[in-house]
Amino acid sequence: MSDPAIDGLPGRIVLDEIVAARAPWDHALRTGQVLRIIDLEGNQAVDFLMYGLTDDAERYSAQDTIAAQRNVFLKAGTVLLSNEGRAMATIVSTTVARHDTIGGACSCESNTLRYGHHTKAQHACVENFLQSNARHGRGKRDMVSNINWFMNVPVEADGALGIVDGISAPGLWVDLRADMDLTAVISNCPQINNPCNGFNPTPVRVVIAG
Amino acid sequence: MTDSNTADPYGARAHARAMAGTRVPAMPTVPATDATDLPAGVAPEAMLWAETVAPGGYAAKELRRGARLRLTDLDGDACVSMLVFNAERPSERLNIADTVKVQWSAYLGAGQLLLSDMGRALMSLLEDSAGAHDTFCGASNERSNARKYGDGSNWGIRPNARDRLILAAAKFGLGRRDVHPCINWFKGVRIAEDGTTLLNRGPFAPGRQVTLRAEMDLLVLLANCPHVLDERAAYSITPVRIAAWRGRVTTDDDAVRNATPEGLRAFLNTEDYFRR
Repeated sequence: MSDPAIDGLPGRIVLDEIVAARAPWDHALRTGQVLRIIDLEGNQAVDFLMYGLTDDAERYSAQDTIAAQRNVFLKAGTVLLSNEGRAMATIVSTTVARHDTIGGACSCESNTLRYGHHTKAQHACVENFLQSNARHGRGKRDMVSNINWFMNVPVEADGALGIVDGISAPGLWVDLRADMDLTAVISNCPQINNPCNGFNPTPVRVVIAG
Repeated sequence: MTDSNTADPYGARAHARAMAGTRVPAMPTVPATDATDLPAGVAPEAMLWAETVAPGGYAAKELRRGARLRLTDLDGDACVSMLVFNAERPSERLNIADTVKVQWSAYLGAGQLLLSDMGRALMSLLEDSAGAHDTFCGASNERSNARKYGDGSNWGIRPNARDRLILAAAKFGLGRRDVHPCINWFKGVRIAEDGTTLLNRGPFAPGRQVTLRAEMDLLVLLANCPHVLDERAAYSITPVRIAAWRGRVTTDDDAVRNATPEGLRAFLNTEDYFRR
């Protein structure tokens, strides 16, 4: 039976998993493999980092990526660059108009600024990233500005910037082709204080092909 | 053969010592209390740091809580990439995404804060006569400089900001993984509605300044290299003057501390950190 969620992926499917709501996930991607992330229920922010598989001091750089394409939005065709200016991955296709890389990851600590100290104990993306990274010998020094798949962060003419209602929908996805061997790290965002997850964290599906 | 007096250690010593007192345009003033370009109202004995950073140069310093840091774009074409760490625990550092997101603002200006990844106020931007800075595009790197100038190496004459910051970081025991997303002072990047980055590289008048206040004990790293989006074919950058001086730790009635609910909670977190 055909599964529209995996149509069009190259080669064979080597992984097909559900990342539970609020959970971390990480996996190696070999050069040329495609990672598809599917927003199953719609408007679920998927916080995302990449590290070089053999040299993890080289990692995703939001600033290098923005500077190289002269645009803050990630779209089909965007090349995701490392902190040393090398291509790590390419967005080969996506059914969402744009994704974010300026909004960063939620943390227990920044939640206290944004919403108040009553949110300190809530689970957050930085907790997920730290847990996944710790398994690979990485720590807090390895946290950098990340990608937020399916998240909407406009910048108004006066500079006002914020996370607003999403533009994704159930079943929309993004396909990312690895341009080097890398580790992809996901935090399926647990935030409940802003519209990045429609105030309701939900599962996403991850498929690796090729 | 040249007329050399350095054939033996005695001659070499005399030769070396004869250089004392040499002045060049870009150099530190040591001690900083000898600086003659004192900020208005600042006594010489309050000075902590006085240094002119060359085009392509870098500098770094530990600053105590309350210290003021002023950067002056001497000739109107500086671009200062800055990283900030908690000196006591450098795994805590400037977080650019939180700085713009928590303050609901893409552009830095007077009265705004630089926030750490631990939800604390690292620095306050007290004064800003430039009004053109960049939180989006980050440091140039060896590849981007090589594409534009044919070379971007630290050992060449067109070094890139990332490699300058790596050297600065290394001198404090930090490394490649610590060179995180940075602020670029004095070159403006605005974001168009469609997301396009719009660089404002001037020309600007000489003497533009930013003045910051350290809200924690900090390690500050600075690199003065052309902006990564600067399209000029020549490696175009002019010197920056650094002045830092002792100052009072922020008090409860401070206007910047109390300006926004998010900023006030950042100060409360910083003050809580020092409650020990």
